[in-house]
Amino acid sequence: MQFPLSYILHLADNNLILAQRNGDWCGHGPILEQDIAITNITLDVLGQARMLYQYAAEISNSMSGNNIVTEDTLAYLRKENEFKNCLLVEHPNGDWAQTVLKQYLFSQFQFFLYEELSNSNDERIAAIAVKSLKEISYHVKWSSEWVLRLGDGTAESHDRMTNAIDSLWMYTGEMFTPASYETFADLTKIMEKWMQAVKEIFEEATLAIPENMFMQVGGKNGVHTEHLGFLLTDLQYLQRTYPNAEW
Amino acid sequence: MEILNDTITDVDGLWKLMESIPDPEIPVISITDLGIVRTIELQGKNVEVSITPTYSGCPAMDMIAMQIKMELLSRGFSPVIKTVLSPAWTTDWISPAAKEKLNAYGIAPPSLSTEKNAVVKCPLCNSSHTEMISHFGSTACKALYRCNDCKECFDLFKCH
Repeated sequence: MQFPLSYILHLADNNLILAQRNGDWCGHGPILEQDIAITNITLDVLGQARMLYQYAAEISNSMSGNNIVTEDTLAYLRKENEFKNCLLVEHPNGDWAQTVLKQYLFSQFQFFLYEELSNSNDERIAAIAVKSLKEISYHVKWSSEWVLRLGDGTAESHDRMTNAIDSLWMYTGEMFTPASYETFADLTKIMEKWMQAVKEIFEEATLAIPENMFMQVGGKNGVHTEHLGFLLTDLQYLQRTYPNAEW
Repeated sequence: MEILNDTITDVDGLWKLMESIPDPEIPVISITDLGIVRTIELQGKNVEVSITPTYSGCPAMDMIAMQIKMELLSRGFSPVIKTVLSPAWTTDWISPAAKEKLNAYGIAPPSLSTEKNAVVKCPLCNSSHTEMISHFGSTACKALYRCNDCKECFDLFKCH
């Protein structure tokens, strides 16, 4: 069985956009070890995106009968409203607290989602999920440690983490709101597991989970925040300005 | 590239050739030591080598695929390099001999995935009195450690 192209692109886009955001930290991390940590995580996230885009390109070409789509054209030559990533990952980095919280909320979601995809009928997706899960476990560990450190740290770090939660929480609901092409994982079950895990970390970090917050949706269907256009302008600049440039 | 006189006629010879290709990041061990080469098929002059990535984003993979291709081309073969994802790569495939080579090179080798809470020994002074500095070291596959006895920092090849 083969998953629909839209769903594979959605998975790939989540990773590419998060990787692009995190990549901004390269050379700017708070200390050298953490600079290396977030860029290593980014490399994993981007590597996973590549495996998914390669698969998407194969499917795309087999449908059209010609070989014009590649992992690169999918990343560099699609328009903003063709990207299907969740709004959460395109949100600007803000400070370190917002960056690590975004990583944690996403990695924790990706962990439970890929656990389910590991058993999916699409063998290629199952193989990618099994491989990625090993890496995602590290990402969850690293990012949750930072949520604890900052949440249960100083008054300043606690405030910053609280502000990060206020900025990001409204984008978490979308991860569990299925798009029409998204019928391969039980998002209700995943949300329960995710909420339980996040609750435990937040409690230990002396942080509160916001209640009754309005949840923004749209990214999965190509309706994005104003931030994505700017991000893609950076990401796609070279291929748009010098078509087919290679190095 | 040097073209060797010894001609390779069978799959065993091809495996020996793969054993001679070093990992680009850790040149003391080969790509077969790491378990990257999964299968080799030979039909006439056509060779199909299946490799599996270590970490999804490992930048050495493109270079490894290129090295394999160049070695085979220089011996007159028509190579096809395929990437396989399943079963997912694990450090359990690294042989005991290769682990010793890693240790001698200054990288603490990975424990087996079945060993829980294995002690990380300093590859320089063999002390067990070590602590982790960061989950992430100089490459995706390594973590950064410190020895509390000889005070040196070292890399651990993470169990994966």
